[in-house]
Amino acid sequence: MNCPECDANLKIPDDASVGEIVSCPDCGADFEIASKNGSVCELKHAEKVGEDWGE
Amino acid sequence: MPKVRIVFDRVRLEEKMLEEKAIDLGHDTKMIAAKITNVSTERKKSDFDFGDVVLERCVSYFRGLHFTACLEFLDVPVLNRFEVANNCGNKMLTSLLLKKHNVPTPKTYFSFSSESAVETLDKHGYPLVIKPIIGSWGRGVILLKDRETADAILEVRELTDGPLDRIFYLQEAIKRPPRDIRAIAVGDQVVAAMYRTSTGGFKTNIALGAEPVPCEITGELEDICIKASKAVGGGILGIDVMEDEKRGFVVHEVNNTVEFKGLAKVAKRNIPKEMIEYAVNSAVR
Repeated sequence: MNCPECDANLKIPDDASVGEIVSCPDCGADFEIASKNGSVCELKHAEKVGEDWGE
Repeated sequence: MPKVRIVFDRVRLEEKMLEEKAIDLGHDTKMIAAKITNVSTERKKSDFDFGDVVLERCVSYFRGLHFTACLEFLDVPVLNRFEVANNCGNKMLTSLLLKKHNVPTPKTYFSFSSESAVETLDKHGYPLVIKPIIGSWGRGVILLKDRETADAILEVRELTDGPLDRIFYLQEAIKRPPRDIRAIAVGDQVVAAMYRTSTGGFKTNIALGAEPVPCEITGELEDICIKASKAVGGGILGIDVMEDEKRGFVVHEVNNTVEFKGLAKVAKRNIPKEMIEYAVNSAVR
């Protein structure tokens, strides 16, 4: 599929799962896999690191 | 076989390792995305597929904490329990509990306004370490070496003025080697430990590039870690220990949703396996 930001070709590994982050090699934007149906993925912009993130 | 569920908001290597190990061990295993799960006061455990035990693994502390509250409302066994997550997520509560339970811990001072924080600093002397009471990966942890630095940091706190910025957590700077120890306690055992050596500054977080080096789990280390774990309520926890030149081991933090990819590289025992087995046994008990 193509990067929603810059339209570059975005390769998503077959074993990627919902919740994983993929980064566009061209523009560097990060996307979260919001849903996955076979090889069809829905992407959304990844959440920014929150103040409460971590262990 | 018991059903294992892993609640997440972002899939990190740790969540993948836990899922893989639970499947390897033969458990019916599912990942549950917290961000798309709706819970209400009107729903029951049978409305969901939360299995026999849930490992709460959200990277967002507040999301995980509140999801845990929902799971406990539904009578779903969850690790860690809400009380434990609450105790560990807030550094002030952790410090109070460690001291209350006689676990050696750095001297820590709490102030509730910037003026009082300055008084504390002037009274106890520099340096002290200021830490946000909620937060991880060493963010906002600053060594206040002198009054000038302190004034600058406190001024920034006043500008950001979040509700938690009005609580000032000031801790003695421990005289120690440029490293600390991260141990993982699973129930009443320490399953792995490593030294985290600073890459230059005084912080030793793996998230900031500290190198994991294996650390022997001595009886003394295990004792203090298990005491710390019990002080916050027990479960699957990451215990951070410093080696004080005079006092020996002191526990400065206990982490709830422990990250272990750094430690897994050097650990002798299989950390995800220990966690899954403990979770399953806790649920069956």
